[in-house]
Amino acid sequence: MNAVTYTARDYKSDVKPVWCPGCGHFSVLSSITKAFADLNLVPHQTAVVSGIGCSSRIPAYTNCYGFHSIHGRGLAIAAGLKLARPDLTVLAAGGDGDGLSIGGNHFLHNCRRNVDMTYVMMDNRVYGMTKGQPSPTTESDWDASAMAPPGGTGLSPFNPLAIALSAGANFVARGFAGDPNGTAAIIAEAIRHPGFSFVAVMSPCVTYRDEQREWKNVMRPNPAPATSDASEAARRLLVDDGYNLGVLYQGDRQAYKPKSLPDVAIADFDKEFAL
Amino acid sequence: MSIALCGSGGSGVMTAANMLMDAVAKTGFYALFNRSMGPQIRGGEAAAMVRLSTTPVTSVDDSFDLLLAIDWGNVQRFAAELPLTPKSIIITDPASGEVPEAISKSGARIVELPMKELSKQVEGGRPNMVLLGAAAELIGLPIGPLTEVLGNSLKKKRADAYEASVAAVKVGAEAAKAITGSKKLGTPSTGTTKWDLVGNEATALGALRAGVRFCAAYPITPATEVLEWLSKALPKVGGVFVQAEDEIASINMCIGASYGGKASITSTSGPGLALMTEAFGLALTSETPVVVIDVQRGGPSTGIPTKSEQSDLNIALYGMHGDAPHLVLSSQSIGDCLFTAQWAVYLAEATQAPAIVLSEQSLGHSRTVIDAPADIAFVGKRLIAETPAEGVAYQRYALTANGISPMALPGTPGCQYTADGLEHAVSGLPSSQDSDHQAQLNKRADKLANFDYGDHWATIEGKGKVAVLCTGSATGAAREAVERAKADGVDVKLISLRLLAPALPKQMGAALKGVEKVLVVEQNHSGQLYRYLRGEYDLPSKVEQLNHAGPLPIRPGAIHKRLLAMGA
Repeated sequence: MNAVTYTARDYKSDVKPVWCPGCGHFSVLSSITKAFADLNLVPHQTAVVSGIGCSSRIPAYTNCYGFHSIHGRGLAIAAGLKLARPDLTVLAAGGDGDGLSIGGNHFLHNCRRNVDMTYVMMDNRVYGMTKGQPSPTTESDWDASAMAPPGGTGLSPFNPLAIALSAGANFVARGFAGDPNGTAAIIAEAIRHPGFSFVAVMSPCVTYRDEQREWKNVMRPNPAPATSDASEAARRLLVDDGYNLGVLYQGDRQAYKPKSLPDVAIADFDKEFAL
Repeated sequence: MSIALCGSGGSGVMTAANMLMDAVAKTGFYALFNRSMGPQIRGGEAAAMVRLSTTPVTSVDDSFDLLLAIDWGNVQRFAAELPLTPKSIIITDPASGEVPEAISKSGARIVELPMKELSKQVEGGRPNMVLLGAAAELIGLPIGPLTEVLGNSLKKKRADAYEASVAAVKVGAEAAKAITGSKKLGTPSTGTTKWDLVGNEATALGALRAGVRFCAAYPITPATEVLEWLSKALPKVGGVFVQAEDEIASINMCIGASYGGKASITSTSGPGLALMTEAFGLALTSETPVVVIDVQRGGPSTGIPTKSEQSDLNIALYGMHGDAPHLVLSSQSIGDCLFTAQWAVYLAEATQAPAIVLSEQSLGHSRTVIDAPADIAFVGKRLIAETPAEGVAYQRYALTANGISPMALPGTPGCQYTADGLEHAVSGLPSSQDSDHQAQLNKRADKLANFDYGDHWATIEGKGKVAVLCTGSATGAAREAVERAKADGVDVKLISLRLLAPALPKQMGAALKGVEKVLVVEQNHSGQLYRYLRGEYDLPSKVEQLNHAGPLPIRPGAIHKRLLAMGA
């Protein structure tokens, strides 16, 4: 244990977020800092890494080491950092467009790679920073924004939890910005769990998806406790309407560990080439 | 002397050529071994091109003295890569039919040697071993070293194959005794310790020596051997290797690891470099050092993956969005792949800037025997921030005299900051203000422009009113051309740039002092180096170009001819 006891405030910087008043992301930021406090993580031993988008602004709002990188690549940077520095606690964060569209390949492969880190996807089913285009989780008929095609995209939305589970994530959960304490508990559990932990947090965009204010009336706890059986988790996802909250799946895969071989002095590599 | 061994895939010419290299290396000669391969996964046509010498070799010659072919497969596909003269000797197996027109039109002497038939004299004997014996006899290499090489590779595992191979080599050597007039190896130089290495391995070793402890990369021809070597070496030095899902992940993982304090490298070729450019800009703006090795191949697009070209200069120099000062280096020979990679890591770490190292297929995939490279002292060292005094805020991008500001590593108390691809204030926080943008643009440009690169920025040899300007593998050919010109009484200066960016006008000005004419030599279609030099440097008024695209190498003869014309 650390000699110092940290509170959620200790993980917040004094930078004022760019988010709109009422944005769900404020609540997610609070949940993350509360989870850090619950685990009493040392701020300078913790890193928050993100891509690009409204939610990806989050690193600078924490008092941890941060990397606000480029669109879709936060997970790759986070994985590199954790592999190089296993002593750090690494949390990746970003939005649904960042993680499922441009960064989709990294999402798949990080679920599969199972590096010991946590990924919080703040899902508002819209591209907010570019002012209201449909994302990979947007309902197929959504056309309320001037930026959406009339009649919607006509494309089925992704269920991020289903992708995470099928790609091999070791921990799969859903939180809701309207339930900051519940979400904090899920994130703390995700950080504690070894391997790659995925937490989708439904985080309303009050500017472009005003109807998401109604989410608070439809969200409900998971009908059953977390399972460690992937096939059972998959069955539950088949009937998941996107509003079930809590931990769905906790696997027992060992976290990825880079290969380590007996030490060789640098000068000894010369022997391979010397005649 | 230059020898080519030809045969279709599976005929074993590459094995024979590697054994010849091994034997020659043991005997004390210098050597250069290039392969010409098609795109086939296995098989297809192949030619092994070996140059042997009593003095160091860093270039292919103008033509081959000897060509031995087990069969003629699809030799017409790469006949242009096998220049011969009427003085050359072609050894052909009559069982393989007539020597193709593309080869015979050279006027070289054709000698028949029934290698397949001869191999049947030995139980389990193979034609490629007969060819190996014949080659050794023709160049005057004793059988002893060859037997030793065969012993090392076969004796323990397969005694019968060893016996058969030695016997077949002897049969080949005996049969070749009847062939007269071949060029012989001279007396080897045995005074120095020699190394036997491949360019991509040299690059990887250079990176390791410089302190690289993280590599994430994605397989791509002709760069894959860099990651293969590091994947085996890094776990032995406490480092980490990851095969990433793509090139974009590769460089971003490297950026993450470097942010964490580990010197990081990725290797790729042109198409992968194109994918990496966005993240390269992030490394540059966030001042996170990372080194990208680009082993160039024929481009654009998928181009000619197995053949060499110097055509990624433009993307390496200008491929970034925004005003993006960064480091671009060029490896000048197989041996220099080690130095340049090591120096690149050192520079990247010292300046907290990303670097691109331009290697080439003809360096990366080729094998050489050289004098042992010096153990240079360049080990990457970053300026690291320490916990500031109470009440003092850490400024990640503080404006300093030389533009380099102390970088905090995660784990350091009191220095938490967010690295960002957004333009930022000195604190690292995003800023769209003019003053911050100007200040940070200046900082990132000045730290590279003002760095002391010493003498390593270029290889400068000789003096004269005519100078050759080049980079990369063209250096070896240019050097040889300069030597030939000197023998003809024309003094020529060689300037080969190891550091392409940042441009160093002062140093180049000094190097060009007294030079009246310049010849820019490069292996690409559009004259990328020429245009770059024209843009960045004050060149003398008379500038000529000698350039052609791959896959044909720049040969010394072509440069020599131009130099004589220019010097006259």
